[in-house]
Amino acid sequence: MATPAVVARDVSKIYRRFLHKNQFRTLKSALLTGSLLSDLSPDETFTALEGVSFEVPKGATFGVIGENGSGKSTLLKLMAGITKPTRGQLAVDGRISALIELGAGFHPEISGRENVSINGIMLGLTRKQIEARFDDIVDFAELREFIDAPVKTYSSGMYMRLGFAVAIHVDPDVLLIDEVLAVGDEGFTRKCLDKIGEFRRRGRTILLVSHSLGLVEKMCDDVLWLRHGRVADHGDPKRVVDAYLTYVAGGEEALLRASDSDAAGAADTSATGATYQEGRWGSHEIEIAAVRLLDDRAQERHVYVPGESLTVALELRAAQPVEDFVFGVGIFTADGVSVYGTNTHLEEFVPQRIEGAAEVRFVIDALALVEGTYLLDVAAHKRDGTPYDYHRGLHSFRVKSRVKDVGVHRPAHHWTFAGGVSLAPPQPRPELDLHEDDERQG
Amino acid sequence: MLAQAATLFRYRLLIQSLVSRELKARYRGSILGFFWSFINPLLQLLTYGLVFTKILPGVHPKQIEPYLLFFFCGLLPWTWFQASLAEASGVLISGGNLIKKVLFPAEVLPVVTVLANLAHFLLGLPVLIALLLLYGRLSWTALLVPLPLLVQLVLTLGLALLISALTVHFRDIQSILTHVLHLWFFATPVLYFYGNLGGWVRTILRLNPMTHLLVSYQQMFFHDSFDHWRGLLAAAMVSLLCFALGAFLFERLRDTLAEEV
Repeated sequence: MATPAVVARDVSKIYRRFLHKNQFRTLKSALLTGSLLSDLSPDETFTALEGVSFEVPKGATFGVIGENGSGKSTLLKLMAGITKPTRGQLAVDGRISALIELGAGFHPEISGRENVSINGIMLGLTRKQIEARFDDIVDFAELREFIDAPVKTYSSGMYMRLGFAVAIHVDPDVLLIDEVLAVGDEGFTRKCLDKIGEFRRRGRTILLVSHSLGLVEKMCDDVLWLRHGRVADHGDPKRVVDAYLTYVAGGEEALLRASDSDAAGAADTSATGATYQEGRWGSHEIEIAAVRLLDDRAQERHVYVPGESLTVALELRAAQPVEDFVFGVGIFTADGVSVYGTNTHLEEFVPQRIEGAAEVRFVIDALALVEGTYLLDVAAHKRDGTPYDYHRGLHSFRVKSRVKDVGVHRPAHHWTFAGGVSLAPPQPRPELDLHEDDERQG
Repeated sequence: MLAQAATLFRYRLLIQSLVSRELKARYRGSILGFFWSFINPLLQLLTYGLVFTKILPGVHPKQIEPYLLFFFCGLLPWTWFQASLAEASGVLISGGNLIKKVLFPAEVLPVVTVLANLAHFLLGLPVLIALLLLYGRLSWTALLVPLPLLVQLVLTLGLALLISALTVHFRDIQSILTHVLHLWFFATPVLYFYGNLGGWVRTILRLNPMTHLLVSYQQMFFHDSFDHWRGLLAAAMVSLLCFALGAFLFERLRDTLAEEV
């Protein structure tokens, strides 16, 4: 951790735009006056980054998040050395490999084999190094049978795989990754993540630009949030990602407000205490006035350990009697993947009548989820889906676990060993006790 | 300029593999493959031959008979020059992906087009030499050919750098260039004999470095005696100047390339 791998000091990037009409005039006047260089002046500028400063220590995994057009890719291009900052300094220590566009240098007409060697040379390898790594590259890309076919016959997935395989085998000190993990099938993505994990273990520095907040939160030691080219937040991944989610939810809500003035009058129901602003819509004939997350002792809590019971309690109000209604609950991961969703209609409850105040509880007996942040959708709507009150991702809870298992769902399970195998039982490490009162522990 | 040359030397492995890729890719999928490098100039020769010996015959001075052989001596180097520049004008734009997405030395691209076309030129030489032998005209002066070749390489590299970088900013150059090269072709003694020219035409053609290069090639291959030293030297000076200008301008525009492509 002695010298940082990347140092950015007050980096700004201003793009210049040359309007087409003026460009022509420029050429003409340039030819007439013979002053080509001095006439290459921009008509309009666009500030992509402004005053961005940060440091990435060696061996760290650094995430950059932000909306489209917030300057993420510009930052990555600056770090890769493809463009230079307009102001400020940006220094990168060590060899960089940028996974910005996979297979950017491939020529469609020639074989995968030849493309691998040329791409390798482009990325700074020598002939010998390429020869030594060639088999690894081909095996990683799973393209052994096709390696002598022209690249134009490859599917886009094969193309990406070969590109990734070459770039990752350059063995850089600093690896820049721009959203490229979104390509390829599940299996290959997993393999890429494994390879990136191996990189981390070997103490290499990784810069990851991604929209996949779950991935960023899981992998990064440090996250930078860019908003309109400026640093909006920087620090602990969970805190920054949460702040970003809050901001994005706020933006969505503003959009909804603009389109649906009814929602503007909605009462403040941020009963979960979560930081998210409300993103809700509906006709409000039935109103979800409050949502509480309760543990097995009916106490409100937002952090759970796997296996605990979790109750989602909906406090409802219907000013007029309503006879067509459905209550639903959806659980999502932080990057928006649906974990589970159900409602009273799907489970064949037949609505009869709701009037005045009411309470609906959705009880999960044992939470079968791995560690992470989860978002809740809760809703009251008609059987045809017309919403009375829909809360989109307004409520959240976290699952914390001592066991760092992966995935989303943790099925109830145990291990048995028989025959000539022996394993020492794990250290007795009970799951955390997150109950707030200490009367029983005392 | 020296720095530019040093950079190019540093990237020689990359340039070398890109040139060979270019050559391999060009005729990949065609039945005759590499033979096109020989057939192309021959077909071109036949076309012009038909026009200038059958349709418009009898205007050639004695010094340039057999006319087709004379024409072929100039056609090969001219094709190298013309194709290099025509391709160089679009090479940064079509290679935009590389410049924008990968840390890639942009100057490599125009250099590769020039070198790939040089390779085609060199592949055409055996055909020319075979024809010269057939007519019994080959002499020791052909050994001097590397001199104008080197000068032409420097000139073409310089112009290719210049044109490729400027085209990124002014796309119009691509269209204009076609016509400029067409005009340049007729302002260069490929089809006719420079030695017989006089007056203002000669004065203008003297300003064209390609004139001196082609006269050199023609003398070395065709006329078996070389005395155009001064012209070749002047062309060499102009070429170095061109390279310096091209390298300088490319360096100045380098940072804008990734953004404008």
